[in-house]
Amino acid sequence: MNGRVRAALAAGVASAVIAGIALGAGDVQADFAQRNLEPSARHLFGTDAMGRDMLARTLGGLARSLRVGLIAAGLSVLIAAGVALASGLGRRADAVAGLLTDAFLAMPHLVLLILISFAMGGGTGAVIVAVAVSHWPRLARLLRAEVLQVQAAPYVEASRAFGRSRAHVLRRHVLPHLVPQMLVGFLLMFPHAILHEAGLTFLGFGLEPSRPAIGVMLAEAMRHVGAGRWWLALFPGAALLSVVLCFEALGSAVRRLASPREGQC
Amino acid sequence: MIRLPVLLLLVSVAVFTLMKLSPVDPVDAYLGPAIAHAGPEQKARIAAAWGLDRPAPEQFLRWAGHVLRGDLGHSTAYDAPVADVLRDRIGASLALTGLAWLLSGALGFALGAVAAGCGGWVDRGVRVYCYILASAPTFWLAMLMLALFSVTLGWAPICCAGPIGMPPDQVGWADRLRHLTLPLAALTLFGVAQIALHTRARMVEVLQSDFVLFARAQGATRRQIVLRHGLRNAAIPALTVMLASVGEIFGGSILAEQVFAWPGLGRATVEAGLKGDVPLLLAIALLTTLVVALGNMAAGRLHPVLNPRL
Repeated sequence: MNGRVRAALAAGVASAVIAGIALGAGDVQADFAQRNLEPSARHLFGTDAMGRDMLARTLGGLARSLRVGLIAAGLSVLIAAGVALASGLGRRADAVAGLLTDAFLAMPHLVLLILISFAMGGGTGAVIVAVAVSHWPRLARLLRAEVLQVQAAPYVEASRAFGRSRAHVLRRHVLPHLVPQMLVGFLLMFPHAILHEAGLTFLGFGLEPSRPAIGVMLAEAMRHVGAGRWWLALFPGAALLSVVLCFEALGSAVRRLASPREGQC
Repeated sequence: MIRLPVLLLLVSVAVFTLMKLSPVDPVDAYLGPAIAHAGPEQKARIAAAWGLDRPAPEQFLRWAGHVLRGDLGHSTAYDAPVADVLRDRIGASLALTGLAWLLSGALGFALGAVAAGCGGWVDRGVRVYCYILASAPTFWLAMLMLALFSVTLGWAPICCAGPIGMPPDQVGWADRLRHLTLPLAALTLFGVAQIALHTRARMVEVLQSDFVLFARAQGATRRQIVLRHGLRNAAIPALTVMLASVGEIFGGSILAEQVFAWPGLGRATVEAGLKGDVPLLLAIALLTTLVVALGNMAAGRLHPVLNPRL
């Protein structure tokens, strides 16, 4: 299949998923007459201990996870671009940026997430900041290589010879070259952002239990696994998995388009 | 070599700052429900005894001085010295995380090699398996395994590192192994994907190279080529990926330990975070940073040693 066709397909599926989730997310009524029902035609995903329909809750949770993931991944890409551009300012700035990148790479993601979330007292804002702050280093490394490569180009030399400042060169000549990489980085980071958000929430550091994200629902399901209520765990996780797979496919298709040579395998 | 201490210093300053920023008051967190019985002056005395009334830079220097002398402080969540808490858990953590790391490395390498060597539907199957695994939340897979093998089938115990109610030092080896199996399997399966994909990509690259063409011209079978030429060339990148994935597998172990109630460092991290136990969090952050940084550095160092052509 052609890369462009594949990207278009993946984009179509991804937007259909987002649209479906946005439309499906409504208020979920508790119905205590219908507690702990196994999946059936009326309740496709079954019901939980308070008689809420798990399909509706899953869609609502996905919408919340997607929103958090989008904002966090976007912020993270901006941080990565900022650090990478700082590398282009000069040798000393590059050394500082490199050390900063190494320091963030040296801590396990989840430990850093827990620490940041702890520092900010939990909640949605904390999760967004934590995910954004912990995911940029790998992308920053890729972007830095790109920055250094562009800066070695003859037209940059010419621009410098005309007396343009480094900042001007970075803004006018380097930044536009980073945009495709940033887009690919965003699409590939997004699934990781949602997965880490769910993990953090599952551990109890993330989103508030009052607003059910997928992580909250899975943490609740954990208490019912021992009672054999497998559907509480299976369906929300499977929904999250399919959204992640969608965006993963979209990300690699766009990467193939942005740099056809590297995207071969 | 100077880089590691600088990195550790940087990380400890950053982590200390984060802890100071936290809205969780360590004295309140320490008192817990007993807060109803403590007046403001009592709280002030606890804070003074802990040195919390001093300016933050001074607190940091005092803490750093103690750490350099080998004193990691006192854990409030477990009410024991941090060093003891870590020592009690590090064995269980090593058994689970370390074994999972080694097993997933070996299994991932084998899967990648088989995928590239066989090609066809085997290759396709391994790739789909890896992509799905890489996109699934670890703790969700662990929960499903728990639901299937422990609850429905009853093959594995439902939690912990030994029978419930038995002191840890009386648990026999057979029991330990029985309790380890399911968490280990979950964590191993999770770690396989990245190494398998990497090995496969490298192997495919090798199989297209000129020396493989030459070997084939000499009459070597595909099997011989994979064993003689493929494995050697794919081993170094696989080892590098494995060393660089230490942090990832520790993150996975935090989640897996939570699901299986495994008494390791991961559970201690979560406990410390939820209960506002600053000394324990600081110690765990430093320890994991040290291990991960060493892994990253070893990956960089090992490359030229194992591959003299570079």
